[in-house]
Order: sequence, then C-alpha cells, then structure tokens
Amino acid sequence: MMETTALDRKKRLNTTSGQFRIALRQFRRNKIAVVGIIIFLIIVLSCVFADKISAYDYAAQDIRNKFAPLSMEHPFGTDQFGRDVFTRMLYGGRISLVVAFSAVLLSAAVAVLLGTTAAFFGKAYEMIVMRIIDILQSIPGLLLAAAVSTAIGTGIQNSIIAIAIGQLANTTRLMYSATLTVKNQEYLEAARACGASKTRIIFHHVIKNILAPLIVQVTSRLGSGITQIASLSFLGLGVMPPTPEWGSILNAGKQYMRSYWPLVTFPGLVIALTLISVSFIGDGIRDAVDPRLKR
Amino acid sequence: MSLLEINNLEVQYVMTDETIHAVNNISFSLEKGECLGLVGETGAGKTTTALSILRLLASPPAKTVNGEILYKGQDILKLREKEMREIRGDEITMIFQDPMTSLNPVKRVGDQIAEVIMQHRHCSKTEAFRLACDMLNQVGIRDERATEFPHQFSGGMKQRVVIAMALACQPNLLLADEPTTALDVTIQAQVVEMMIALRKQYQMSMIFITHDLGLVADICDKVAIMYAGEIVEYGNLEDIYLRTSHPYTVGLFGSIPSLSKDVDRLSPIQGLPPNPAKLPTGCKFHTRCERASEKCSCDEPLFHEIEPGHFVRCHLFDQEEHDDG
Repeated sequence: MMETTALDRKKRLNTTSGQFRIALRQFRRNKIAVVGIIIFLIIVLSCVFADKISAYDYAAQDIRNKFAPLSMEHPFGTDQFGRDVFTRMLYGGRISLVVAFSAVLLSAAVAVLLGTTAAFFGKAYEMIVMRIIDILQSIPGLLLAAAVSTAIGTGIQNSIIAIAIGQLANTTRLMYSATLTVKNQEYLEAARACGASKTRIIFHHVIKNILAPLIVQVTSRLGSGITQIASLSFLGLGVMPPTPEWGSILNAGKQYMRSYWPLVTFPGLVIALTLISVSFIGDGIRDAVDPRLKR
Repeated sequence: MSLLEINNLEVQYVMTDETIHAVNNISFSLEKGECLGLVGETGAGKTTTALSILRLLASPPAKTVNGEILYKGQDILKLREKEMREIRGDEITMIFQDPMTSLNPVKRVGDQIAEVIMQHRHCSKTEAFRLACDMLNQVGIRDERATEFPHQFSGGMKQRVVIAMALACQPNLLLADEPTTALDVTIQAQVVEMMIALRKQYQMSMIFITHDLGLVADICDKVAIMYAGEIVEYGNLEDIYLRTSHPYTVGLFGSIPSLSKDVDRLSPIQGLPPNPAKLPTGCKFHTRCERASEKCSCDEPLFHEIEPGHFVRCHLFDQEEHDDG
C-alpha cells in the first residue's frame, strides 16, 4: 500500500511531461476542440497528399469542359479554363496554409518580444518601439504588406515576411497592453525579491500569463493571413498564376458568381471551415493550458 | 560586526509636483539570529524601508537620498545589479503581505520554489524540484501538492508556499512584510508558530513588519516603532512593553482593547498621520500629541538613549537628560 503511494507520487512529480499530459487530457475533454482538430487535420493531410488524392494536374486546361456540372470527376466543378477546382484547392492549400501559418507565427513571435519588453522596460525603449508600431499601424495592413512585398520582391518567403510585417502592429499592441496588466502584479516583485533577473521574469513569468490573448489573436489572425496572401496574389505580388492559391481561386470565381455558383462556394466553404476549425483548436488550447480556467 | 546595519537612511518619492518623504533618517542594526519588529501605522515607511534593503523600490519615483545599508559590512546601495541579484533570495529575501497575489497564478507551486533554488544553487531541475518538495514538507504541505497551481490552495496554504519559496535557499535575513495580515486569526497563529520554529531552525535574522503589537511580543527580540518615516522609539521587548516612553507608543497601546481591564471606550490617537509630502516642522508627531509643547512644533527632537538600548525621539526626555546632567 505504502509502496504504491510512493510510486504514484514519483509519477506525479515527474515535471514537464506531466503538465503536458494534463493539458492534453483537458483538451481531449473539449469536444468542439477535438472536432476542430479532426477537420483541420483532414484539410491539412489532403493538401499534403494532393497528388495521391487527385489524378488531375492543377494547371492542365480543358476548355471544352469549362464550368462543368458537379460530378464524381469534378466534385467542386471546373473553372473558366476547365481546370478541376478540387485539385486546385488541394494544391492551393499547400501555399495558403504555409504562408498564413508562417506569417502569423513569425509576427506573433516578434510581437511578443517587442510588446513584452516595451511594456516591461519602459522609458526610452518603450517610446521608440511603440512609436514605430504606431507608424506601422497608421498604414493599412494590406497596403503595408503590398509595399513590403514590392520592396523585397515576390515569392512565398517574401510574401510571408510582408504579411508578417503587415500584422505586426496589431499583435504587438495587444501583447504590450497584456503585459502592462501583469507588470505590476506582486508575484513579479516577489520573483525579483528571490533574485530573478528581468529577462527571466519576462520569459518565465510574464509570457506565461499573457498566453491566452496571444492564442486567441494568433487563431483569429490566420484568417486575415489567408485573405492577405490572396490579395497580394491578386495585385501580382504574391504567388504567380497558374500556381493555385485559395485566395486567388476565390477571387477568380467572383466574376462568375451569378452564372456558375460552385466556383466561389466551395473555395469559400473550405476557407471558412479551416478558419473555424483553427479557432476551435485555439480556444481548446487556451482552456487547456490556462490553469485558472478549471475543472 | 552586525549582520545588517542601516545608517541615516533617507528615501523619498520624487514626483513632478511634490516630494514624499517616506523614510527619514532611519538607523538601526540587526545581529545574526535576531528578530526586529517594525511597527507603525499605514504609510509610516515600514514597507519602503524593507524594499530599500532589497533595492526593489521602483526608481523613479523612489530615490535613496542619503544613508547606507551595510549587509555583512558591505554597502548594499553601492552594489551592481548583478551582485544584488545574487543576494536577493539567497542571502536576503522577503515575504509579501498578500499571499493571494504573490504567487504566479499560471505556474505550479513546486516549479516556483524550484526556480529560486535553481537560480542560486545552479542545480538541475529535478534536483531543485526535489528540494522544493522538501521545503513544502517543512512548511506543512504534503509534497504531492507541489504539482498544483496556486488557485488550488487556500489563503493560509498559499502563505505557507510563499514562506517556503522565501526560505528555499536558507537566507540569512528574512524581511516579512505583514505576512499574516491577510489571514484569519486561527491561520495567523499557525503561520506565526511555524515561522518562529523555522527561524530557530535556520538561525535566521528577521525583520517583521506589522501593526499588530501582540504578534511582535510573540516573535521579536527588539522593536522599532515608526511614525511618519522616523523611528520614534526603539528597544527590546521589555523597554517597549513595560517602560513605554514615547507618547505615540503610549497612544498605540491605548488603542488596543484589553480583556483584563474594564474600559468602556478605547482611547484612540486623535487625528491622522501627517501628509508625508508636507511633514510638520519640529517633532512629526506634535500635531497629534497630547503632551506637545511649543518647543515640539519648532525643534526636531533628538534620539535619546534613556536607558541602555532604549531610544526615544521626544522632547519630553530632553528635560530628564538636562536634569540628570
């Protein structure tokens, strides 16, 4: 009897993996988040294995077969050049998802660094950082992304950087304000009284406390990431045709909306479904990792 | 050499339109293993004194205008920030008033204690966590609760965790800033008892900040009564409790309800503490003192040693000295 309790204790005291397991269990209990992750995985995996799922070439034109009625061969129909929309969505997802995710994560990482340090160190540094952010924020995000993209050139990598810069101001501001609310909490002073350095306090105490708004921000920004890469492509600054990409497919379908509905409906649905599933996952993660929301 | 010696410490909060004189010319010393009670009303400068020993005051607005704080003969105010960090938590540490807010809500308590150990002992995380569990046992918390979060603990338990965190590296000096004020009386008694035991065990010096004179009598060896940023009376327990001398201290004792004496009304000290931005001239207490004379409003009283080790800052004792001499 005694031995088992000692063993239990040892197990429970096993540090980080235990915390992860708790979060995982908590996440699994959240049905909506699980549904979200299933939908999201299906979308991602079908994009990854696009060449296995679809027999068509995303760029092959078949003019005679344009605007084909929905069928087993063309589940999402065909576009004005007779290209299979389903195939184009599969391949397009590769670019859209990679660009959107990388851009959002990149801008979030920079924003966390800038926002927390600006709020925490204050003085001249805060002034400089936040005024630069103000300048960035005074330019509409898409315009800024377009300007950056013009300056550094097109292509996937540059599009990621351009979109990340376009989203930077908003996220930094959020992280800045979140840090301000925890900055004067007594536990930070207590940590300092125990000898923690300022960098340690930022990375070990502050960031853990502002995770919730960060996760919500990241998931909600993914949507604008996908539409921004579309807009950039539309302006000729993102990815070049015939390379497919969700936003540009949707955009192209716009002019045929009245005569041929599948061309906007299915891409729109897929994008919406992706965003919803991501936001479900985000909410699930937030609830699972925040120990204050329990149980 | 004393463990801690404070000489003529003067701390101000400098704002754009006014300067708050939070601590004025405080001097005291503390030997190893000794416990000093710092007693005074809200705003008397007790916490400011403690924070300036750890150099935790936010500057600006806080400014140490004058004085020195010698820890083991070394002036803390002249140390570099990096050296100071090594002292904090390892040599000197502090317990804050409110246990509800002095633990990080999103970190497990064991990790929070382990973090302190890791910083100062440079050991592995597993080792630090094991030591943290030992520490929790010492303060009367079963170590399997180390993986729980602060919100899963009650107030008294949280304060125990805070104490465990403060004592994790066996500091020489503990600054306890009203550690029991936020707790109810029964828990207060338990926590105080535990602190006394741990202090004995580690032979730790302590500065105990409170406004509860009853607690001071239980815990401390020496008492300093603070008023408007000054120490007005200083001595050992008997000096203060049996031969109370300063009118302010007399007033403090007059405001404590007593079970043994049958009094209808308490006799509180009239008025409010002075605005620390506009301190009165002369004795800071003269505006509320029943025995104030004209002299009190213009001349600042000196710190008289009325008997060995018992100091009083009051003009009433000028005469005595004068008569004696």
